[in-house]
Amino acid sequence: LPAAVLLKDTKLMDVKLGQLGSWLAMRDFTPGGILGAIRRGHERYYNKYINVKKGGLGGLSMVLAGYVILSYMWSYSHIKHDRRRKYH
Amino acid sequence: RALCPLVPSAPAALRALPPPVAVGVLHTTRPLHTTQQSLAPVPPLPEKGGEVRHGLIPEEFFQFLYPKTGVTGPYMLGTGLLLYLLSKEIYVVNHETAAAACILTVLVYAIKKFGPNVADFADKLNEEKMASALAMKNDTIQTLQTAIEEEKKEQWRAEGRSYLFDARRNNIAMLLEANYRERLLMVYNEVKKRLDYQVALQNLKRQKEQDHMIQWVEKSVVQSITPQQQKESIAKCILDLKALSKSAHAAV
Repeated sequence: LPAAVLLKDTKLMDVKLGQLGSWLAMRDFTPGGILGAIRRGHERYYNKYINVKKGGLGGLSMVLAGYVILSYMWSYSHIKHDRRRKYH
Repeated sequence: RALCPLVPSAPAALRALPPPVAVGVLHTTRPLHTTQQSLAPVPPLPEKGGEVRHGLIPEEFFQFLYPKTGVTGPYMLGTGLLLYLLSKEIYVVNHETAAAACILTVLVYAIKKFGPNVADFADKLNEEKMASALAMKNDTIQTLQTAIEEEKKEQWRAEGRSYLFDARRNNIAMLLEANYRERLLMVYNEVKKRLDYQVALQNLKRQKEQDHMIQWVEKSVVQSITPQQQKESIAKCILDLKALSKSAHAAV
């Protein structure tokens, strides 16, 4: 019988689809918790792609690509008006 | 039991404990510093970062889809997604698309052409930094090694102190001896001078007495010869001389 792991401590990739709702509800949404999550994420990305001896282009380009996509999403309501067809 | 606390009202359990050691013992109940944990040396950085395919998508995504869809899975997903975005015009083709296309072309060409050069240059800079840090570390280690050897030599030298002190002691003893003998000689000379003086004094006195006595005797003898005796002695001498000359004549 494998040792029972609390749902709180499982990683996102190990959570079953049905438990996703409850897992999400258990997360820490206080400002301190959100800040901690941002810091953890940044450290993971930084230590994986940038803080290495021979870093490549991917580390920087992924950040820029993410920025491009995010800014496109935020300005979609404005770009909508350049569509060629009205009905899709 | 003889060192139990002086307060008689202390509980018996407290008195039954072994007496505390006042000095040299750290009063802790848990062991300290049992692990090897330390902040140095810092573990080295990983050699290469995470793999990224086409500069945009991490390799983990491809590995994630590989068991289910094989090698072409992610590409099919990408193509399908692109067509969906274009057909539903979630991605709108406008002037920005043309600008993006030109920029991306130039960017990709530049990276493909100059990428390795820039990477080599950055590596060289890193190498230089590492080499200088390493050289500093080696120099420090060398200096400390030399210092250790010097210290050992000094310790060895300190062992020869006894010889030094023996030599110094010998020197001092010789000086004292020489000084003693010099003074002895001086004393001897002084005493000899005084004794010589006394001897010379006595000799002089005796000589003077002798001379004086001889003179006095001569003077008194001369004085005692009266004129009468002088005439008689002279006449006798003449008679003797004549007699002698006669006998000498006869002998010749």
